[in-house]
Amino acid sequence: MSLKRKAAAIGIGEVRPFREPGDETALSLMAKVSAEAIADAGLEKKDIDGVLNAVPFSDPAGFYPASFCEMIGIEPSMLDIVDIGGAIGTGMFWRAAAAIDAGMCNAVLCVGGDLNRPGEAPFPWISLEREFEWPYGYIAPTLGYAMIAKRHMHEYGTTSAQLAKIAVDQRTNALKNPLARFNDRPLTVDDVLNSRLLADPLHIYDIVSPQCGASAFIVVSPEIAKRSKHPPVWLLGAGESSDHSVISYAPSITTSCVKPAAEAAFKMAGLKPKDMHFVQPYDCFTITVLVALEDAGFIKKGQGGPFVMEHDLTYAGDLPCNTHGGQLSFGQAGFAGGMSHVTEGIRQLMGRGEGRQVKNASVGFVNGNGGVMSEQCSIILERQS
Amino acid sequence: MSEPQQANDRSGRPAGAFITEYSKPLPHPSPFSKPYWEAARAHEFKLQQCGKCGKFIYYPRPRCQHCLSDQLEWKKCSGRGTVYSYTVAHYAPTPAFKEIPFVLAIVDLEEGPRMTTNIVAPPDKIKIGMPVKVFFDDVTPECTLVKFEPA
Ligand SMILES: [Zn+2]
Repeated sequence: MSLKRKAAAIGIGEVRPFREPGDETALSLMAKVSAEAIADAGLEKKDIDGVLNAVPFSDPAGFYPASFCEMIGIEPSMLDIVDIGGAIGTGMFWRAAAAIDAGMCNAVLCVGGDLNRPGEAPFPWISLEREFEWPYGYIAPTLGYAMIAKRHMHEYGTTSAQLAKIAVDQRTNALKNPLARFNDRPLTVDDVLNSRLLADPLHIYDIVSPQCGASAFIVVSPEIAKRSKHPPVWLLGAGESSDHSVISYAPSITTSCVKPAAEAAFKMAGLKPKDMHFVQPYDCFTITVLVALEDAGFIKKGQGGPFVMEHDLTYAGDLPCNTHGGQLSFGQAGFAGGMSHVTEGIRQLMGRGEGRQVKNASVGFVNGNGGVMSEQCSIILERQS
Repeated sequence: MSEPQQANDRSGRPAGAFITEYSKPLPHPSPFSKPYWEAARAHEFKLQQCGKCGKFIYYPRPRCQHCLSDQLEWKKCSGRGTVYSYTVAHYAPTPAFKEIPFVLAIVDLEEGPRMTTNIVAPPDKIKIGMPVKVFFDDVTPECTLVKFEPA
């Protein structure tokens, strides 16, 4: 059993992340990108027979997919939520492919959207976290990633300047992306180091900025992909893993379960990290990118710091990384944030990367990361030549 | 969030005494974690030990996560450990945590498990690997949080 070339993405929809919601809601944003993605795929609403939702932080609810489908008038034969945080986007892709391969549906709308603030209904955090983490102030993921960075520095000598270089190169990418929230001026290593220290050793420019936004993509069967107006972007491999929820209880905080997820994805694809033309690793923080690239096999463990200083991570570089700017410069739309890495991977492989197009890109790696390195889902995508 | 206020009957303090309202999140013990919090309130550090595989467990669970046994016994523990990692928060993650900086840490307990906690010490005195010992912080008359300080 394998999902290799069993389904392909043929359309995307996305809004430029923005600060103030105005009259938008998570649902209105999702409706907008859904319409855009269906049109981009050259399909009609009636062609969509599968739906995968990300439940928004700003409007959490059970029975979510049926409500969403009712609202936009879709009557699917497969509907579900994907609940693995920043790994939702990559997790949706393989779930859509699996459902298509199993004959449950033919065209899956994968959609997420969110506002950057809580809504009327509080998000239902599990009792375990409220009881054993919150009383100590461990409420924000920033503090967890700060502890990862601190330990990575302790074990491997990683520096703040090395982490900053990741944000700097991603900003260079964002400057060429009209959809990126922060695309108006370059960033320097000094800018990052001189920005406010929020949680030692992480500075504010090491950290994502919460925005309102939404992303969608359409995954279809090989039969539908054949008629696509865009070059279909095929799923070559996927792998998923989790070894903790709260970082304190992870087997290691410097080696993550990106490792098994990425290994499984590369195995299914029959490819290696060196075969990738670009990488889109989920970036809620700079340290997240460093750890993910090490554990996915792009960099020797512990050598991430020196590696990012010696290599060009921009779209024109030797390891193009987060070509849309990453969430650090594109903006993070709540639980839809990790979908932007997938839509950008699709864009690059369709040759729609505009001024930041990676030359001759035909295969790329996307990693989704939920919680505090808690849920990992890696996928490998290909444009068939 | 935590303005001084007149003590009420529940505070147990003399009438007229001013106290500071504790506004940070408090644990709501579950049936299987209740003994942990009761011990903390009595300034004892107790963990569950699995009667089948012998491992100690933190946080309290309905079953051992190593072997799924429900033969768990509460054992008094040393309250000693070392700092696995930490961060100094220079911002308030929620308004209740406005007393900054504060130190959030992961402590490797002598008995094996790791634990999220606070270290009560000046931030510049804290280092990864340093030995720490338990510190019982009676944050309200009903609740004691298990924190650590340099050993
Ligand atoms: Zn056991």
